[in-house]
Amino acid sequence: MNYMSRVRSYSAVCCILAAACRLDSRDDYLGDKDPKQFDLGHTATAATIAAIDMDVGPTGAGLPAGSGTPEQGATVYAANCASCHGEKGEGKPPLYPQLLGGPKGSFDFASDFKIPRTIGNYWPFATTVFDYVRRAMPLTTPGSLTADQTYAVTAYLLNREGIVPDGTTLDAKSLPAIQMPARSHFVADDRRPSSGGKGVR
Amino acid sequence: MNEAPITRRTLITGAAVVASGAILGNLPEAGAQQAVAKATTPQPPAPVIPADPTKAPGAATSAVGSRSPFVAPQRSPVGEITGTSLTPLQDLAGTITPSDLHFTRIHAGTPTIDPAKHTLVIHGLVDRPVEFTLADLKRFPSVTRTHFIECAGNGRAAYRTPKPQMTPQQVDGMTSNSEWTGVPLIDLFREAGVQNSAKWFLAEGGDACLLSRSIPVTKGRDDALVVYAQNGEPLRPEQGFPIRLLLPGYEGNTNVKWLRRIKLGLEPFMTRWETSKYTDPLPGGIVRQFSFEMDAKSIITSPAFPEKLSGPGWWPITGLAWSGRGRVSRVDVSVDGGTSWIGAELLTTVAPKSHARFQYMWKWDGNETMIMSRAVDDQGYVQPTMAQLKAVRGAGTDYHFNSIRAWRVAKDGTVTFEAAT
Repeated sequence: MNYMSRVRSYSAVCCILAAACRLDSRDDYLGDKDPKQFDLGHTATAATIAAIDMDVGPTGAGLPAGSGTPEQGATVYAANCASCHGEKGEGKPPLYPQLLGGPKGSFDFASDFKIPRTIGNYWPFATTVFDYVRRAMPLTTPGSLTADQTYAVTAYLLNREGIVPDGTTLDAKSLPAIQMPARSHFVADDRRPSSGGKGVR
Repeated sequence: MNEAPITRRTLITGAAVVASGAILGNLPEAGAQQAVAKATTPQPPAPVIPADPTKAPGAATSAVGSRSPFVAPQRSPVGEITGTSLTPLQDLAGTITPSDLHFTRIHAGTPTIDPAKHTLVIHGLVDRPVEFTLADLKRFPSVTRTHFIECAGNGRAAYRTPKPQMTPQQVDGMTSNSEWTGVPLIDLFREAGVQNSAKWFLAEGGDACLLSRSIPVTKGRDDALVVYAQNGEPLRPEQGFPIRLLLPGYEGNTNVKWLRRIKLGLEPFMTRWETSKYTDPLPGGIVRQFSFEMDAKSIITSPAFPEKLSGPGWWPITGLAWSGRGRVSRVDVSVDGGTSWIGAELLTTVAPKSHARFQYMWKWDGNETMIMSRAVDDQGYVQPTMAQLKAVRGAGTDYHFNSIRAWRVAKDGTVTFEAAT
């Protein structure tokens, strides 16, 4: 079937079924092959992917070799983090968030925006600390910390928030095993399924 | 009977000219920003303004156009590598935001990226890991669609620390609307052969914080785009040059700029921007996560602070309305503080997940009142009052501040922001 006859037959269908007008118009030149491909781009090599594949999720997949302790992390923090986030992690909001020292025990953040949300009382996953530091910190020299330094500063922050004891060694196995206090408070978006999009939730 | 309105209109027209001058003179913040700009940026010589432009030829042709010397809309930059720059909603007409006035929210500065060295890699739970150059992406069939992007934190100051002297820019300047051109993400998914087990994908930017968000694969297959053009030209660096993810109706932060990597996975990746930030604390000791869709919202952009109405008579009430869930189906306006509502005119054909411009001609009687607007979308959602929103979200919640905005009009014509509605 040539292109124009396809267009004509499509038009005829559209006249009968208005819904058909919303069909993927690319069917006109791709036919009904599945999957539809243009064979553009090129294979991403293992080396290309390895160079940028550095996310760390809750399972710990992607964590590098290496380890660190809170005691080692104190040195890393003082040298790389304290100038913005403060010696005690108190931060300089709004540019430099408070990391440590938020109130523990209650979870009443909806009552007052001034209640500090810190790693110990709000972050649901310990792996996020490692992932974010490795991605984005220090602000002016991101990516400059070694894996050991990143484990160490993560251990330091968690230790200061009372989540891991002194002397803890964090590595690819122990970090994802940490249970964060805020984890159970997180719920998925419930605005739509239960309200049909109509209710204010 | 006819003579009175005509006479009144003539008077209003005359008064409006005077009012415009007064408004220009009463813009302390815009004036201050201009003063800063003049101090830090070399300015072109002031144009010669002839007494009668019909009696002398004007300027020659130029390579790039510029605004009239009488017009100077400005964003409000914080001047840091983390922070915002807000769109001057009160200075704009129609629905498209000029690209150089699109709001920005950056987390580690705006990168300068050589498009010849930038690629998009799609990997993870795919049959064929692929890498696309910008040139590759431009060989796909393109689509062009108009969508708003609104920062999830838009309206925070108005919710938490409202002041009468807030402009539309300061209330809601983190929403902007553009015509975007790019490739449907589903086409790129097909190239990579996304596996059925993949439920979430990580979208990662190539800026200095490698900003990354987890997005449901269903959204990627629905209406997500990888865009390379905005309002007819390549993306500007502040909007993600050379490519950004566009997720119509989703909170701004998920529309990852400088897009360099998409990784398909089973579960969310739980990045900092979807755990520590961009989550909504709610009453009852819970936090709502992945609250992607922007609820329907509207704001009157004129009359609004710092305008001053020159006197009673006919005034156009105009503003913007939008919904992250579909089309704005109706905008109601109240000129009596919310006691009664009247349907406003929508000035264009309304596109889904796009700004709509509304207008209502108001005959002001000169008494103090409050004017407000209320958006309704095609899902039947009605923009809530501040009291309704605070009841379900709490006064200390964060993000998604979409309550009704009101402006108080005083007897002397001054207009101020009114939070308590």
